[in-house]
Amino acid sequence: MYYVANIMRSKGDPKIVRSGPSSIEPADRLARALGWLSIGLGAMEVLAPRRITRALGMRGSEGLVRAYGFRELFSGVMSLSVDKNAGMWSRVAGDGLDAATLLSGFRYDNPKKHNVTLALLMVGGIACLDYKAAQQTAPRSPARGGRRRLYTDRSGFPKGIEAARSSAKALLSRTAVGAS
Amino acid sequence: MRALVWHGKEDIRCDTVTDPGIEDPRDAIVKVTSCAICGSDLHLFHNFIPGMLPGDIMGHEMMGEVVDVGHGMDGKLKKGDRIVVPFTIICGQCEQCKRGNFSVCETTNRKRHLADKVFGHSTAGLFGYTHLTGGYPGGQAEYLRVPFADTTHIKIPEGISDEQALFLGDIFPTGWQAAVQCDIEPTDTVAIWGCGPVGQMAIRSALLLGANQVIAIDCVPERLSMAEAGGATTINFESESVVERLNELTDGKGPEKCIDATGMESHVMASQPDTLLDRAKQMLMLESDRPHVLREMIYVCRPGGVISIPGVYSGLSDHVPMGALMNKGLTVRSGQTHVNRWTDDLLRRIEEGQIDPSFVITHTVDLAQGPEMYKVFRDKRDSCVKVVLKP
Ligand SMILES: NC(=O)c1ccc[n+]([C@@H]2O[C@H](COP(=O)([O-])OP(=O)(O)OC[C@H]3O[C@@H](n4cnc5c(N)ncnc54)[C@H](O)[C@@H]3O)[C@@H](O)[C@H]2O)c1
Ligand SMILES: [Zn+2]
Ligand SMILES: [Zn+2]
Repeated sequence: MYYVANIMRSKGDPKIVRSGPSSIEPADRLARALGWLSIGLGAMEVLAPRRITRALGMRGSEGLVRAYGFRELFSGVMSLSVDKNAGMWSRVAGDGLDAATLLSGFRYDNPKKHNVTLALLMVGGIACLDYKAAQQTAPRSPARGGRRRLYTDRSGFPKGIEAARSSAKALLSRTAVGAS
Repeated sequence: MRALVWHGKEDIRCDTVTDPGIEDPRDAIVKVTSCAICGSDLHLFHNFIPGMLPGDIMGHEMMGEVVDVGHGMDGKLKKGDRIVVPFTIICGQCEQCKRGNFSVCETTNRKRHLADKVFGHSTAGLFGYTHLTGGYPGGQAEYLRVPFADTTHIKIPEGISDEQALFLGDIFPTGWQAAVQCDIEPTDTVAIWGCGPVGQMAIRSALLLGANQVIAIDCVPERLSMAEAGGATTINFESESVVERLNELTDGKGPEKCIDATGMESHVMASQPDTLLDRAKQMLMLESDRPHVLREMIYVCRPGGVISIPGVYSGLSDHVPMGALMNKGLTVRSGQTHVNRWTDDLLRRIEEGQIDPSFVITHTVDLAQGPEMYKVFRDKRDSCVKVVLKP
């Protein structure tokens, strides 16, 4: 990517010699990875729902799997966006739905019960990561009632606000006289 | 040298890069002494404006000392001069420059073909601001190459500090132009959406241009307090209805003049459902901007009034009420700032002590802390309003 970018750049423009620390934090990277996971899984659920229902012994649920696929895709897009925190929480909620649905397939007469168990374990593990990322990417804007510095003394007018107002008025009346 | 480099969405790093050098007779090299992070940089940080490439140097508010010049300066600039660099690169010779329409200079965008395709016609080259405007390396760095430097500069006399002068390159003339475009009359109420640095400058400018009443709208308490200090009546849009309050303050008639100092990233909140929809559409790439402020301004503006838009929009905005705009006979004025059109006058006002733009600075840090400060400024943490970086 940098190589391509450098081709687009003019010859004399500065090029990177050594990269420094990034504004991206580990939690952001985790969120990004989970976002891509969402997109991958979502695409699979939308395009090949039958493979999933067959593996889980839950035939007949293709429509549901496909709907979950769209949900995953949207969570993924959200997780990759600036609003990754909302994306992470939507993934946590999605994990809950997934687990509940899988539990409904956890019946003694399901021959693919062990696959369902595996899937449940996976969902549980990923849910932990989702939860961790959701907590760590929480918006850092100051709390509503939090302690704040107020800038009541920063008028920007060294001679005071009234002086600014009256000099503006004087100027306006002068231009009005000049115009008439 | 060190520079703040864009690597991708929310990924800015303080990298070591090669030094710039003179490439053209009209070039100058500036050793940057102060630079700042602008609200426009946040749009790039979020990758909401297309046309950034990994490896691009950020920054378009900077000043410093000229350390090298090409041989085509005609005596207009020499080594040792102390200058503020305007964010718009200007040739001074084309038809638009001659009219003072500097931000749409016809010569300086070296990637004109891109801009022609996207906007219909190219605009000026800008520093540190996407390849649509030339892909020129920015000034959040130790050194900056200034193309067309014989015209692209504002000389700063002794006795004026970096802090007082720095904002002549962008936010001060931007707030000023926003107010001038309103053709303020002594009876006017000017309403200003957004109390970030640009909004703060617009508030002071509207006052200096003689507005009867200035109303400032935001939801961040410390920014509202700064707006009030500058003479504005304030509205907190999280706890009050903006339209109701504005009508109350103008005998039910609405403000004559409205300024959008917020731009494409309007605050997203459930009590403004249009912003939720815009945000969802933005994610799905069905819309590029969140024009809540535009909608609100058009709705509340007094018929026959003016809508002035310094806030940056990048592409397509949905559901802008053209019916109201047309039937109320509103005038819309906008644009990147024609910086050098205003700076002689504004510099004089600073020298005379009419105004001191340094009031807006809340954080001054070393360039290396830049990546972190992008987030502090974005999240309005630590009561941050404006960050100055020292390379
Ligand atoms: N035209 C130009 O040449 C030019 C130059 C500089 C900056 N800009 C643009 O001006 C805009 C503001 O810049 P800034 O540096 O002040 O940025 P900023 O992000 O610090 O300020 C924006 C402010 O708007 C407030 N806001 C968000 N939603 C709002 C709403 N619905 N109503 C009222 N206020 C709302 C935010 O709380 C914030 O305080 C940006 O879009 C920037 O790109 C334009
Ligand atoms: Zn700017
Ligand atoms: Zn020009």
